Amino acid sequence: MDIHEYQAKKLLAEFGVVIPRGGIAYSPENAENKAREIGGSKWVVKAQIHSGARGKAGGIILCNSPLEVAQATDKLLGKKLVTNQTGPQGKIVNRIYVEEATDIKKEFYLGLVFDRSSESIMVVASTEGGMSVEEISKEKPESIIRSKIEVAVGMQKFQAREIAFGLGVAPELINRTADTIIGCYRAFSELDATMVEINPLAVSGQGQILALDCKMSFDNNALFRRNQISELRDKTQENPSEVYASDRGLNYVSLDGNIGNIINGAGLAMASMDMIKLAGGEPANFLDVGGGATPEKIVKAFKLISMDEKVKVILVNIFAGINRCDWVAEGIVQALDKIEINVPLVIRLAGTNVDKGNKILRESKIKYIEANSLEDAANKAVKILK
Amino acid sequence: MAVIIDKNTKIIIQGFTGKMGTFHADEMIKYGSNVVGGVTPGKGGTKHLNLPVFNTVKEAVDSTNATASILFVPPAFAADSAMEAADAGIRTCVAIVDGIPSHDMIKIKRYMRRYSKSEKMSLVGPNCAGIISPGKSMLGIMPGHIYKEGRVGIISRSGTLGYEAAQQLKDLNIGISTSVGIGGDPINGSSFKDIIGKFEEDDETDAILMIGEIGGPQEVAAGEFAKQNMKKPVIAYIAGLTAPKGRVMGHAGAIVSAYGESAVEKVEILKEFGVTISKNPSVMGETVKNVLSKK
Repeated sequence: MDIHEYQAKKLLAEFGVVIPRGGIAYSPENAENKAREIGGSKWVVKAQIHSGARGKAGGIILCNSPLEVAQATDKLLGKKLVTNQTGPQGKIVNRIYVEEATDIKKEFYLGLVFDRSSESIMVVASTEGGMSVEEISKEKPESIIRSKIEVAVGMQKFQAREIAFGLGVAPELINRTADTIIGCYRAFSELDATMVEINPLAVSGQGQILALDCKMSFDNNALFRRNQISELRDKTQENPSEVYASDRGLNYVSLDGNIGNIINGAGLAMASMDMIKLAGGEPANFLDVGGGATPEKIVKAFKLISMDEKVKVILVNIFAGINRCDWVAEGIVQALDKIEINVPLVIRLAGTNVDKGNKILRESKIKYIEANSLEDAANKAVKILK
Repeated sequence: MAVIIDKNTKIIIQGFTGKMGTFHADEMIKYGSNVVGGVTPGKGGTKHLNLPVFNTVKEAVDSTNATASILFVPPAFAADSAMEAADAGIRTCVAIVDGIPSHDMIKIKRYMRRYSKSEKMSLVGPNCAGIISPGKSMLGIMPGHIYKEGRVGIISRSGTLGYEAAQQLKDLNIGISTSVGIGGDPINGSSFKDIIGKFEEDDETDAILMIGEIGGPQEVAAGEFAKQNMKKPVIAYIAGLTAPKGRVMGHAGAIVSAYGESAVEKVEILKEFGVTISKNPSVMGETVKNVLSKK
């Protein structure tokens, strides 16, 4: 789960990370008042969307008066920002963060992620703050410092100091920088985060170490024990169909093609998408109803797919194990009794009691095309569209 | 012998009296697995499915000499149960459960470092279908009857895609020595590399089918291991050719976040390591057949 910049800053501040003064606003008047409360003579108005690269998309505006803050807020609120991470549909701006502008002397990159090879938490830092980590690894790979943390004992001060010295931080700021890095590590480990990123981490003219932009993501599997975090979810930043799906226990990812598919199991779902592509088609979605493929889940899946106007044909591919094909077939018949489907349907069943399952489908009043293998199903679905 | 489990392996069920534990314990017993009891804290001393229930894994191991366990406990308690199994001297523990926090998985793996190599439990999963040695024993939730007894080893991250492969092989009259589901999470107990080495040493396995997917470094690590250490042929299929970058595709671990993690890149790297690639998921069986006929 992703959260907004201002939320990440607030969380990190609780772990000793220093952030510029700022406040959240929902209207131009609100933003103007926040600017006066914060004080100073320069402010940054920042659109709060779940995406990086907001600056290039016009989502970050430097202002010289509270009036300009109000105007910038007016311009951004309600707007859809398209960045290189949001996709062409963009993300809507419902909240504005007003922050005092910082006099920046130096900018660093600081990120914490899971390292799947070493199965530990990895701290990544670079002197090239402000660039994305992908850009840094392409253009300035030699600037990257990596440090693996032993989770059993947590991050040690010397490890944080090594990173700070590696970044070339002035001696009098080493301790403060190290405290910032350790604060991020503690936040990562104590809040079940999967990613913490401060980019840039700045040295200000006043000699402060400040987090100017922050991003955090969390492990969905751990939200049951992190109420404080799950409350930060902002569904307006997620694809509506994906929200609908996740609320109903389905694994769904919306894609650009026109062949909708309903599959049981994540691996089989990816494999079916691959077959569609190889047959010359494009999948409209990834949809895993779970290994079990219960009738309830199948009903929900048909509902979800029927809401997608891109879909011109639906491919159902179920490999029934413990829950037999006859049971799955009855689930499909029940689902199609409740939901009207106006596009052609290709169904492939496999596994336990496949003959019984196919018989139930053939004898029902469902109009569909029967397929007998993964390849056959993909070919038939693609052929309908041609 | 098959790898990891055979018909003599004594199995206990952790989370025995729950709905899932009961259902799958029953399926395993019907298949012929040597289930000797189970653990549900607080219900020790009672009987369930005509088998003894224990309060702790230690008690269960002491009185049954079980060496394998399978976890059917909710995700929030799974780490605790896995560590309890490791501490009680269980050799192989399969975690079926989907939804264990990644931080907990790291904790389990760190905890297991306290044991020497010879004492260390091997954890398989989480978020997996388990292990089956066809005709001998099933320590998992797969439909046992689609697995024909034979000489091909399967290792798969996905459950249903593993079933698909077993069915394709059966249709071609090819059997399986052991099939291991290692699970779809970003951090798992056993990797492809951990399992593939066991198949290399197994007298009853002639070839290994590795079913991978996008995300993580494991398939490539196993390919490199195979090139350096293995004589038996390795066949691989990698799912997720069409998966967009940076999105989680159902499995928590199926996300492309670095170079070498996309399906196309994994396929290219594996080919360089001499692994035979099944070009699509519909021909996994045929590809294995072709490789076996060339041996």
